[in-house]
Amino acid sequence: MSFINYSSREINCKIVYYGPGLCGKTTNLQYIYNKTNPDAKGKMISLATETERTLFFDFLPLSLGEIRGFKTRFHLYTVPGQVFYDASRKLILKGVDGVVFVADSQIERFEANIESLENLKDNLEEQGYDLAKLPFVIQYNKTDLPNASPREELEEELNPNGVISFDACAVTGEGVFDTLKAVAKLVLTELKKGG
Amino acid sequence: MQNQMVMFEEEQRQIDEICEGLHRDANAQAILCIDKNGQAIASAGEVDSLDITSLSSLTAGNVAATGGIASLLAEKEFAGQFHEGEKTNVHISIVSSRIILVVLFDERSSLGLVRLRVKRATATLNKILETLLEKAADSSTSSVLAEITDDDIDNLFND
Repeated sequence: MSFINYSSREINCKIVYYGPGLCGKTTNLQYIYNKTNPDAKGKMISLATETERTLFFDFLPLSLGEIRGFKTRFHLYTVPGQVFYDASRKLILKGVDGVVFVADSQIERFEANIESLENLKDNLEEQGYDLAKLPFVIQYNKTDLPNASPREELEEELNPNGVISFDACAVTGEGVFDTLKAVAKLVLTELKKGG
Repeated sequence: MQNQMVMFEEEQRQIDEICEGLHRDANAQAILCIDKNGQAIASAGEVDSLDITSLSSLTAGNVAATGGIASLLAEKEFAGQFHEGEKTNVHISIVSSRIILVVLFDERSSLGLVRLRVKRATATLNKILETLLEKAADSSTSSVLAEITDDDIDNLFND
């Protein structure tokens, strides 16, 4: 749920990075945080376990500039990917304006991607959202690894509707900003339609 | 999109006033008014040293988690929370199921006083939120968004 403040002239939107455990959601946010001008970002918060697995969420506030005199602010969140944190994932999806699904391209994680995507659809539906109607992009992370599945296979299984998708290597940053820009653009376009 | 939250100047001014009044009447350190999704709406008091964006997001996460616990226990919601620190205490309450009111206070105040003043402020906030929802439902008020062009959006992402 975006928040339009006519008083402070701000448009605030929430983007959630979803995907199976260890697919690279937190790494996406860390890369964005490290490469963003200090003026355009707030503090990155990670609620993680002692072993640096996301326990509740990561949070990164970003400013992307002005549109028609309105500052655009994006709040980026990740969900905990591990299967048993489902209750937390549902909470984080509340009020979402756009979703990035980070798939782990490694063959060994093929099933985990499918399961996580189904879980995303179920959790959105539970809150009255339809993934097909939400701003949604897919990122195939870890495509640089030798055990990565062919893109066609990933697309066929995870992207039957042909939403915008990107190859990425979140550790080096390849595809990270492309993904962010694409989803942010979709969110603003959707807002414009709603207005 | 569902239930978009919109804030207008008149209501923003009223909410700012309530926060300032509550800060004064409750002898509080600071007051934060936060949308349930973690966006800061208003603040008052000693806020210069606070990271309001982070506090807002974490408080909203906290309230969401507590709400999740409530529903598992077949409770509608836990309307309030209190965290006691060595120096600073935090009183968190939910207004109209949409807004979170946070009071930070120290030994200059007490939980009893804070609760009393929050109750009064909540009643006034409820009325403002009702007006805000009515205004937001009026689609003509969102015309600024409709004026945004595809070029405006593209320009935002030109490096």
